[in-house]
Formats: sequence, structure tokens, C-alpha cells
Amino acid sequence: MIGRIAAFGRLGLDIVSSFGRSGRFLAGVLGGVPRPATGFPLLVKQLYAVGVLSLAIIVVSGLFIGMVLGLQGYTILSDYGSEAAIGQMIALTLVRELGPVVTALLFAGRAGSALTAEIGLMKATEQLSSMEMMGVDPLRRVIAPRLWAGFIAMPVLAVIFSVVGIWGGMLVGVDWLGVFEGSFWGNMQSSVDFVDDVLNGVIKSVVFGFVCAWIAVYQGYDCVPTSAGISSATTKTVVYSSLAVLGLDFVLTAVMFGDF
Amino acid sequence: MAQRTTEIIVGLFMIAGCAALLVLALQVSGLSPKSAESTYTIYANFNDTGGLTPRGRVSMAGVTVGTIESISLNTETFQARVEMSIHSDVDNIPSDSSAVIRTSGLLGEQYIDISIGAEMDSLKEGDTFYSTQSAMNLERLISNFASGR
Repeated sequence: MIGRIAAFGRLGLDIVSSFGRSGRFLAGVLGGVPRPATGFPLLVKQLYAVGVLSLAIIVVSGLFIGMVLGLQGYTILSDYGSEAAIGQMIALTLVRELGPVVTALLFAGRAGSALTAEIGLMKATEQLSSMEMMGVDPLRRVIAPRLWAGFIAMPVLAVIFSVVGIWGGMLVGVDWLGVFEGSFWGNMQSSVDFVDDVLNGVIKSVVFGFVCAWIAVYQGYDCVPTSAGISSATTKTVVYSSLAVLGLDFVLTAVMFGDF
Repeated sequence: MAQRTTEIIVGLFMIAGCAALLVLALQVSGLSPKSAESTYTIYANFNDTGGLTPRGRVSMAGVTVGTIESISLNTETFQARVEMSIHSDVDNIPSDSSAVIRTSGLLGEQYIDISIGAEMDSLKEGDTFYSTQSAMNLERLISNFASGR
């Protein structure tokens, strides 16, 4: 009995100390501002790995999600004879919710897991400690570019996702099912507000990008340096990022669109 | 991969992001896309436009022949002035036609339906409909019915 209580206490201490370590880690990463001359090429390289290489999955899923929204929306709305509202339905769903959230989930699976595995392997093969021996700060050299790359790439990907999704919805709604194009765009434009909907969606994706990149690099940096440790750290990255994104999405939606 | 190639691709990626944001700003939430079709403009004055919105459709016998450009208030007559652009291949609308605001379905969006007149002359660029019929206001209809008028 006492043993169980002690185990429970140890669990709590572990959780609190891992929060503390990740906070100190974040402060260490953000505190060391890299010199532009050396930092910029590293950042560009990571932006390529994290952002450009994720583009294919983002564009393809965006297209299909938009097309499915178009089909489902048409089926439901045509019961009420208001299938012209399909444009505003697709645009609002994508710009407010699905764009940022689905992009973040895909991003955690595609880029976050890769970041964790890469950094974890660097730690396991003692590349990070050899960097420290040479007087190079691994936080500044390895971690910071990856964190910033995730932070920058995520909103860009989310905006591209939304645009491709709306285009896919238009493809199905207007070109296939025959909704009048003018009322498709007209309803959309009269109901979507740039600041309230588009910019709030972008803010959401900035937050998600930050959280996903932070979790990914921290899990890699903090992993047990064995093959089993790297594998569990990669799993944790995907699970924690997804949970954090969905939980934060509720909080942000309540703050942005809730009536209080 | 060479550093320069990577930089170019990342630059294109960032440009694509900015372009996507621009599309969201202009096409999805704001300014109208330019239609390539040539049109001419006619006007109609309504006592009540109801839920009519700009970029809604103008139809004739159920076929879409144009779009609503803008709705403004005429401060002298206190009527709503609706500007609509009609496709220029429909250039023979009789001048005594009337513009009627209708609703598609029970809850659908409102649009302008042109009911055809019999005059030989046709409406030209800048002309105004002689007779119009305002939006059906369900609440007013019910209250008229309830008060027995």
C-alpha cells in the first residue's frame, strides 16, 4: 500500500520535473540567439526538411478533405434547398478548425517524429556531447534551428492546406455538383471575416506549430539514449503533440469564438 | 543538396505561403474576383431588399443571367437601389419587365428574378426597372394575416 502511494508520488514528481526540464530547455534554446551569419543557413536547411518536404502530404490531404466537405455539405444542405451555402460551410470549417488542426496532426506525424528520432540518435551516438566537448552549444547549433523551423513552417502549411481544401470543395461543389459559382464565392465572402476567421486560424496554427516543434525537439533531447528509448520518445512525440493540439484547440476556440 | 538550391526551394515555399494567405484575404474573405465575361449594368429600386446580398444571382425563368453588384440606400426616396450586371448576350430584356426578389427554397438565399414584359424596346446599360416587387417578409405576412387585413 505504502509502496503504491510512493509510486504515485514518484509519478507526480516525474511529471513536474519533466515540465520543469522542458521549460528550462526552452529557455536555453530561445535565450541563445544564434548569429545570423551561421544561424540562417541552418534554419533554411531545417525549413526545407520540416516545411517543404511536408508539402506533399499537406496538399493531398487538404484536397481530399475539401472534396469530402463539399460532397457531405451538398448532401445535407440540399435537403433544405440551400446548397449555395456550401461555400461558406467549407471555408469556415477549413479556415477556423480543420486547416490548423489537421495540419498540426499531420505535421506531428510527418515532421515531429522525424525531428525526435534525429535528435535522439544524435544523443545516442554521443554527437551532442562531442559538440559540447568542442565548445559548440548543441542547443544553439542543433535544437534552435529545428524549433524555429517548425514554428515558421506550420502556419505556412496550414494556410496552404486551407486554400487547397477550399479549391477542392469548389471542384466538387461548383464543377461537379453544379452549385452556382457566384453564390458559392458570394456566400463565402459575406460570411468569412479576414480578422475574425482567417487571422484567428493563423494564430491557432502558430501556437500549434510552436507546441509541436517544442515537444518534438524536447522528446529527442531528453530521450533515453538507447534504441528502445528513441522509439518510445518518437511515440511520445506523436501522442503528446496530438493531445496538446486537440486540447489547445478547444481552449483557443473557446477564447476566440466563444461568447464570453 | 547544394545550399543555394535549398534556399531557392525554401524561398518558393515561403512565397507559396504568402500567396495562399493572399488568396484567403482576397478570394475567400474579401474583394471580388474579376469575371472575364462582358456585362452591362442595370438598376432596380426596391422598398425592401430583405436578405439580398451583393454577388447574389439574377435569374430569368430560373436561368442565371447575371449577378448583383451592390445594394445602396437612396437617401431621397429611402428606397434600396440595387445595381446588377447582366451578361451581355442577354441584351433583349423588355423595358417593362419587372424585378422580383424571390427566395430559393424555404430557407435558401434570396435572388432577383426578372419577369418578362411585352414591350418591344429593351433595357440598356444604366436603365432602371420600371416596376419591382420587394422581398416577401414572412413576419409581416403573418402579422397581416393575424390582424385580419
